[in-house]
Amino acid sequence: MCLFQCIMNYFPEEVLEHVFDFLTSLRDRNAVSLVCKSWYNVERCSRKKVFIGNCYAVNPELVIARFPRFQSLTLKGKPHFADFNLVPHDWGGYVQPWIEALAKNGISLEELRLKRMVVSDESLELLSKSFPNFKSLTLVSCEGFSTDGLAAIASNCRYLRELDLQENEVDDHKGHWLSCFPDSCTSLVSLNFACLKGEVNAAALERLIARCRNLKSLRLNHAVPLETLQKILVQAPQLNDLGIGSFVSDPYTESYFKLKAVLQKCKSVKSLSGFLDVNPRCLPSIYPICTNLTSLNLSYAPGIQSNDLIKLIIRCKKLERLWILDTIGDKGLEVVAATCKELQELRVFPSDLHGVGNAAVTEEGLVAISAGCPKLNSILYFCQQMTNAALITVAKNCPNFIRFRLCTLNPVIPDAVTNQPLDDGFGAIVQSCKGLKRLSVSGLLTDQVFLYIGMYAEQLEMLSIGFAGDSDKGMLYVLNGCKKLKKLEIRDSPFGNMALLSDVGKYETMRSLWMSSCEVTYGACKTLAEKMPRLNVEIINENEEMEGRPKDKHRVEKMYLYRTLVGARKDAPPFVWTL
Amino acid sequence: MESVMSHENELNFKATELRLGLPGTEISAAKNNNNKRASPEENGSKCVISSAKSSTENETAPAPKAQIVGWPPVRSYRKNNIIQTKKTEHETGIYVKVSMDGAPYLRKIDLKVYNGYQELLKALETMFKFTIGEYSEREGYKGSEYAPAYEDKDGDLMLVGDVPWNMFMSSCKRLRIMKGSEARGLGCGV
Repeated sequence: MCLFQCIMNYFPEEVLEHVFDFLTSLRDRNAVSLVCKSWYNVERCSRKKVFIGNCYAVNPELVIARFPRFQSLTLKGKPHFADFNLVPHDWGGYVQPWIEALAKNGISLEELRLKRMVVSDESLELLSKSFPNFKSLTLVSCEGFSTDGLAAIASNCRYLRELDLQENEVDDHKGHWLSCFPDSCTSLVSLNFACLKGEVNAAALERLIARCRNLKSLRLNHAVPLETLQKILVQAPQLNDLGIGSFVSDPYTESYFKLKAVLQKCKSVKSLSGFLDVNPRCLPSIYPICTNLTSLNLSYAPGIQSNDLIKLIIRCKKLERLWILDTIGDKGLEVVAATCKELQELRVFPSDLHGVGNAAVTEEGLVAISAGCPKLNSILYFCQQMTNAALITVAKNCPNFIRFRLCTLNPVIPDAVTNQPLDDGFGAIVQSCKGLKRLSVSGLLTDQVFLYIGMYAEQLEMLSIGFAGDSDKGMLYVLNGCKKLKKLEIRDSPFGNMALLSDVGKYETMRSLWMSSCEVTYGACKTLAEKMPRLNVEIINENEEMEGRPKDKHRVEKMYLYRTLVGARKDAPPFVWTL
Repeated sequence: MESVMSHENELNFKATELRLGLPGTEISAAKNNNNKRASPEENGSKCVISSAKSSTENETAPAPKAQIVGWPPVRSYRKNNIIQTKKTEHETGIYVKVSMDGAPYLRKIDLKVYNGYQELLKALETMFKFTIGEYSEREGYKGSEYAPAYEDKDGDLMLVGDVPWNMFMSSCKRLRIMKGSEARGLGCGV
C-alpha cells in the first residue's frame, strides 16, 4: 500500500467530512470527489447543495442516488433564449417530477432555487407539504403558477425564511395568499413579491412585517400603497434591502411627509430597487438613504429624466451595483463615473422598447464609466452605437471584466465613425480581460471577431452571438479555441453543417448549444445525434403545415442540443423532435 | 410562428432611395460590409432588417423600424411590465417643416425630440448632409455657407440660436436652412 493510502486510511471519514465542509465552491467539491474512491464517497454523502444547470442532463433518481443527503437544490430549465421569446410555450422544464421524486425518497429539502422552469400550483402545494424543514424558495423567470400556489407555501411552510419571486409570470387570483402566513410565522428573513400584479391585504402585510423581527429583505409590488410602505418602514428599520413598489404621491400631502421622515431613519438600507411607478418629485425623500447604498436598481422606473437621476446618483458614493435605464444618457454616465468609484456592476437597459429606439447612450458613456470606475467587472449595455476606438479604450481601462455584454439596438450596426466592423473592438476586450467568463457581442461582425475570441478568451464559459460572422470558420474558431466553453447560443448567423460537425466530441464538454436561423440542416443534425448518443439533439418545429419530417437538406430553424446522462426526455411536446 | 417572407428582398433600395443633399453631392458610399448583414433576408430567415442599410448612413432616424423577434434581447417580463411613459410625450410633439435652399422637397421634424440647439443642429446636418459652422452671438454661424434660420410667430426670419431653447421651441413655426449670399445677411461669417 502506498503512503497516500495509509494516510487516507488513518483519517476517519468524519474528519474528511469536516474538512470538506469548508469547501463552499461547487468546483472544489467536484474536484475532491475525483481524487479517490473514498473521497468520492465522503464528498457525495456530505454534499448539501446540488446545482443542476440543465434539468434534462440528469434525472432526480440519479441525483438522489449520488447525493443522498442534500438539502438545497438549484435547477435551471429552458434555454436562455427563452427569455427573448425564441422558445415556444410548453417546451418543457417542469419541476413537478423533481418534487415528487424528492418527496418520495425522503430528501430533507430546505432550499429550492429554480430558473426558467414551469412550476404549477400543484408543485408548490406538494413542495409545501412534503418537506417539514423547508426554508427557502427562489423562483426566477418561472411560470405556470398562481397566487394559490403561494398561499400553499405561506400556509404550510412553518419555518419559511425566504420567498423570493423574481420576474415571474404569475397568475394573480387576487386572493389572500399573504394573509395565509399564520400568526406563528416569525421566521421570514426575505420576502420579494415585486412581480405580482394584484393587491395584498395591507393590514396582514403590516402585521407580518411587525412580527418577523429578522426580516432583512423586503420587495413590494406595485399595488402596495404609500401609506402601507410608511407603516412597514416604521416597523422594520432593520431592513437591508428594500424594493419600493409604487412611489407615486403628491409631495405636499401628509402621508408623503411621514414617509419622508421614516426614510431618513432607514440607515441600514444598502440595496434599493423597485420604483415600478414613480413621481420624480418624490425622489428627494430617498436622498438620505443614498449615502449608504451599495446597490440601486432603477431599471423599471419609468419617466425619470436624466437630471433627476443625476441628482440621485451624485449622492451614492458607495454604489457597487447600478441597474438603470438609458434615459440617464451619456452625461449621466459621466456623473456615475465621477461619483461611484466602487462600482463593480453596471446594467443600462433600453427605455424605448417598442418604438424607434432613441437610445440616449452611446459609446461615450461606456468609455466614461470605464475610465472612472476601476473596479468594474460586469456590464450589460444597450446602446445606440459603438466604435472600435471606444471598445479598445474600455479594454485598456478595465482589464478585470468577468461579464461583458454589449447590445446595439441595431444588431448589425458598424463602427459609428469608421463604418468598419466592430471586430477589433471586441478583440481588444477578449485580449485584455483575461478572466472573461461571459460575453455577448453585437454590431457588424465578421469571422475575424471569432478568431480573436478563440485565440484569447481562455476562460470564456458563455458566449451569445447574433447576426454575426461570415462563414463556418467563425464558429470553428470559437469551438476550437475556447476550452472552457459551457454554453454557446447563436441566432441568425451563417454557420452551418461544417462547423456543427467538425468536432462532435466538443459538445460533451459543454452544457448546451443553441442555434436558430443559422445554416444547419436536418440531415446534419441527424448525423450529429447518431454519432453522439450522450447528446440530446432537439429540433423545435414551428411549421404547423409540415407533414412528417423535413428532408435532410432542409435548413433547421431552431436546434438545441445538450449533454445528458439520461437520453431523450419523455416530456417533450409534439413540436420538439429529439433526433 | 409563420414564415415571414421578406418581400423587400425584391426591391432595389438603392434605386429608389431618396437623397436630400443638394444636387451633385454624393453620400460617402456605405461600405459593402453593410450589405453583408442584409444577408439574413437572402437566406430566408425570419428577421426583417429592411432598413439596416439606412441606419448605417448616419440618418437621424435610428434603429430599424421592423421588429425582429427577440431583439433587442430584453427579457419578455421586462418588456411586458415596464410602464412606457414616452407615449404621452410623442402625442404632443411639435412638428415643424424644414426646408433647405435648393433641395427638391421639405422634411418635418419634431422639436420635442431634441434637448437643445446642439442636438437639433446635429440632426439637421445629418438629415441634409451639410455642415453648420460655429455659433457666436456676434457673428452668427461662422465657417460654412449655410445658416439655420426659422420663421417665428410674427412671420419674421430669425437666426437659430439667439433665444433660450424653450422660447425657441414655442415660437418656431418652420425652419429654413439658408445658403450662400442670402445667408450672409444673417451674420454668416463666410
